[in-house]
Amino acid sequence: MTDTLIEEYESHFNALLAQPVYHLEQSQKEQLLLPLLNLLDRYHRQQCPAYKNIVDLQDGPSEKVESLPYLAVRLFKQLALSSIRKESVFRVLQSSGTTSQIRSQVILDSATSARQSKVLVKILQETIGKARLPMLIIDSPGVLKDKANFNARAAGIQGIAFFGRDHTYALDENMNIDWPNVEAFCQKYQGQPVLIFGFTFMVWQYFIEALLNDNKDIELEQAILLHSGGWKNLESKKVDNEEFKRVVEELTGLRNVFNFYGMAEQVGSVFVECEAGHLHAPLFSDVIVRDPFNLEALEVGKEGILQVLSVLPTSYPGHSILTEDLGKLAGVDNCSCGRKGKYFSVSGRLPKTEVRGCSDTHKVESS
Amino acid sequence: MNSAETLYQAFASSLDVDLSEINDDLAYNSFPKWDSTAHMILVAEIEAQFDIMLDTDDIIDMSSVAKAKEILSKYEVSF
Repeated sequence: MTDTLIEEYESHFNALLAQPVYHLEQSQKEQLLLPLLNLLDRYHRQQCPAYKNIVDLQDGPSEKVESLPYLAVRLFKQLALSSIRKESVFRVLQSSGTTSQIRSQVILDSATSARQSKVLVKILQETIGKARLPMLIIDSPGVLKDKANFNARAAGIQGIAFFGRDHTYALDENMNIDWPNVEAFCQKYQGQPVLIFGFTFMVWQYFIEALLNDNKDIELEQAILLHSGGWKNLESKKVDNEEFKRVVEELTGLRNVFNFYGMAEQVGSVFVECEAGHLHAPLFSDVIVRDPFNLEALEVGKEGILQVLSVLPTSYPGHSILTEDLGKLAGVDNCSCGRKGKYFSVSGRLPKTEVRGCSDTHKVESS
Repeated sequence: MNSAETLYQAFASSLDVDLSEINDDLAYNSFPKWDSTAHMILVAEIEAQFDIMLDTDDIIDMSSVAKAKEILSKYEVSF
């Protein structure tokens, strides 16, 4: 029974892989996602008793994506939600959260993990291209060393590292910028496309502010900067996406700056910013904005809580998650960048939730 | 060394195992030492040994030694 469900899922999933990442209209996309999400719902009910108990009020397949059951993201902190046997566990991913906060646990088997890598590549190829570029990582090489405590920050870097070659770390173990290393990298690849990746807050605090404070002038006009992890820690500095882009361009000439929204509970199927500055739902995932009071799905332009859906996870029941992030839909099928489907913005976190985001995993000493 | 020997050697040094452990059936995620970190080391080693540049599709598809041979043949390496 279980194996047939997985076989059915795999065959739907492989058919989905053949579709373009951003060019299906929302209605077509939902027709492909719905059977997959219903299969995942059925499968996780069978495999994960905790999931079944939580969603059991609703039974049978949903007729639209909006009516699928969803789990609150904090359940991943309270429970080790798993749909696989212990011996199939390939890696347990820890979500971000500083030492004072409880972290989620996301249980991966090799099939889910491979699917995540594959989909991340398909999505990011649309922004970066297929060629692997020389890569500057705005982090310390130490982040990957602690394998026992593999967190979302390390997983993020490792996922994006697939897009790079000659990986160069911009920070030392104490999070100070390593100027000789950075300058050698910029010189070596002067005038060539390079990829820069880091968590939003760290890019700002340890790279952009270091450029300002040390009065350094580097030229990165041909670079693509990808960053993620949330803006929470930058709110006090009054830095939003526009200001971030403006300062980055002023200091380095870099104009190709793309933020992406994703989370440890749904690695792989990320929402990447387009040239017009909007986050887009790719083929493999979707977003629904819900009213904070009655949880009804909201229309374009209304702010609410973000629910994210992903067709990737089979090892844990994370295909439909109510986040603690606020945002609103900016439109459907009509972004000026040409991508189809839903596009949206994230405006912050629900009040009284923990400060959380990949770039917050490095605890800043308070001054 | 012929191409196959060069490839096996690249696998052995990247995965930090004895050459005798490398065969065409060896697959990613089923061989504990072949994790994502080792995979990136392996990619760099193959690129250096064969003087080629693999793209992102190649490195995602390179899930076994046999598959690596298939991908390398696209770059006119014959086995």
